[in-house]
Amino acid sequence: MTLTEKILAKASGRNRVAAGDNVWVNADILLTHDVCGPGSIGVFKREFGQNAKVWDPMKIVIIPDHYIFTADRLSNRNVDVLREFAKEQGLSYFYDVIDDPEGHWAFNVARGQLRRQHGSRYQGVCHAALPQRGHTRPGEVLFGTDSHTCMAGAFGEFATGIGNTDAGFILGTGKLLIKVPETMRFYLEAELPKGVMAKDVILNVIGDIGFDGATYRAMQWEGPGASALDMDDRMTIANMAIEAGGKNGIFPADKKTFAYVDERTRANGTKSAYEPAELDRDQIFAFDKVYDLSKLEPTVAMHPNPGNRALAKTLEYVRLDRAYIGSCTGGKTSDFVAFAEVVNGKRVQIETYGVPATSEVVSDLKQARLGETSVWDVLIDAGVMMTENASCAACLGGPQDTFGRLNAPLTCISATNRNFPGRMGSKESKVYLASPYTVAASALTGHVTDPREFLS
Amino acid sequence: MAKKLTSPVYVVEDNIDTDQIIPAQYLTLVPTIPEEYEKLGSYAMVGLPDDLYPIEFIKKGATKTGYKIIIAGKNFGCGSSREHAPISLGAAGVEAIVAESYARIFFRNSVATGELYPYEARERLIERVKTGDIAIIDFDNDTIEINGQVHQLKPMGDVRPVIEAGGLFNYARQSGMIPGP
Ligand code: SF4
Repeated sequence: MTLTEKILAKASGRNRVAAGDNVWVNADILLTHDVCGPGSIGVFKREFGQNAKVWDPMKIVIIPDHYIFTADRLSNRNVDVLREFAKEQGLSYFYDVIDDPEGHWAFNVARGQLRRQHGSRYQGVCHAALPQRGHTRPGEVLFGTDSHTCMAGAFGEFATGIGNTDAGFILGTGKLLIKVPETMRFYLEAELPKGVMAKDVILNVIGDIGFDGATYRAMQWEGPGASALDMDDRMTIANMAIEAGGKNGIFPADKKTFAYVDERTRANGTKSAYEPAELDRDQIFAFDKVYDLSKLEPTVAMHPNPGNRALAKTLEYVRLDRAYIGSCTGGKTSDFVAFAEVVNGKRVQIETYGVPATSEVVSDLKQARLGETSVWDVLIDAGVMMTENASCAACLGGPQDTFGRLNAPLTCISATNRNFPGRMGSKESKVYLASPYTVAASALTGHVTDPREFLS
Repeated sequence: MAKKLTSPVYVVEDNIDTDQIIPAQYLTLVPTIPEEYEKLGSYAMVGLPDDLYPIEFIKKGATKTGYKIIIAGKNFGCGSSREHAPISLGAAGVEAIVAESYARIFFRNSVATGELYPYEARERLIERVKTGDIAIIDFDNDTIEINGQVHQLKPMGDVRPVIEAGGLFNYARQSGMIPGP
């Protein structure tokens, strides 16, 4: 069996499953956020009753992150809906925006977007916060009401996005009926050359197989090239399985995984036991391809979809209005450090927005140094508009007053994961997806730029 | 029960993603609150670029669409997992989609909510029909008739019982997974 099949077999209480089987699986964690949480809670109450109790208050993780730093009334209300539910159900893992359990969240427009406005429990983007807070473990089943839930596959677990109705069902039962996906294997050889990042790997793969090339399938990453990647890079790759239409992305768990997970579960006092799935010899793949990482070059997905691939060096003619670094896939500490390496001591030529994925990333960047200066200050000195308010921000457009939103038909290069028409705001805008290196180099020149010329 | 649906169709291209079906700024609306459900419906498909889709899906000032059937190309509903997408279509009055293929989560959400029938076509219908043509879907025989021609649709297979039951909850009740109401 493949990794995905092994995990689903165990979670459904069977010895074996095969691709195409429909099985009821037990969830280890259900993740939700402010956009889909209120609707999922609504479904749960409608179906199980107003006074119903969730199946397991320790297995539900609620991380508000999408529409937080906005004056939009309904968005602020939705955070309050989550707080009420967490209180009523006695949930341990609700990462509230504010510290007062009796309070109401209201964004203060007068204090602006840049300075921190949240309390001490608040995390930021759910997929980046989930591992940091010790909720990802090898061998487990994670369902989340967000398509990029697949990012947790970096930790050797089965992780996939679901809708509100499915989530409402899990809230009541802890189970879900799913079809076992076929597995596609991507076998990575060698290591990434200078200037090429994990983002370039996944943009290349999606360019090859098409952005519906993995529909209904698991994307399994193996080989020495995969082992050489650190956890942040694995997350970047697993995150974008959905951009190829995939059900999940998964890496085998190894020493790096165990070290990360053990440290995080200990630090946060979350469940520390887990049983990783190990690679079998009798795996059956629907697709199997070897990638030599040393041959990859900085890659861009052009407007209007993540499979529209070109090499950065061939797009120098594309003039840009804006650069954006942030999101679950591109707003991690390592992403900002890479960005800072390129812009260190220089000035960006176009408006450039930086949105850390989590509040931990904010504090990492203030502590980490490039030479004498903190990474945070390197970015500020280069002219990047950095916000201390970690969130999804303009990655998915959001309400009009969202930080960095494309409110006009602008051309933007972005370290995020989606560039469908209107994704970051105006439906006339154009978004180019690229690695933090490429976004940084392009911010310095005002047109799409191969970052290798800045990294000698 | 013989079930048929007759309606003018709305035709869209390949790769219609959920940002076009219901743009992100409307995700503040919570589908289980009735007024907000209706509102979501009134915004269905407003993310389609105007130059490619000069005919409005929902007429100005209206809250429902006149098109109960959407004919789509490949990979309909790709992108975010928002259940708001099939719900907004259902709330706008859409009852069935006939696409060449679907993105996984959109398909799943359509089935789980019971909002609409996600049929797969066997051929590239979007090249043979235009917005406004009248279609008849025959659910018992899995066919669609447009402009006098009958096209066979792919049977829904595994998920048909879930759709017939009216969504995931009813299905789970019928099969004894969860207690009845
Ligand atoms: S950062 Fe972007 S892709 Fe990630 S969860 Fe938020 S909106 Fe989705």
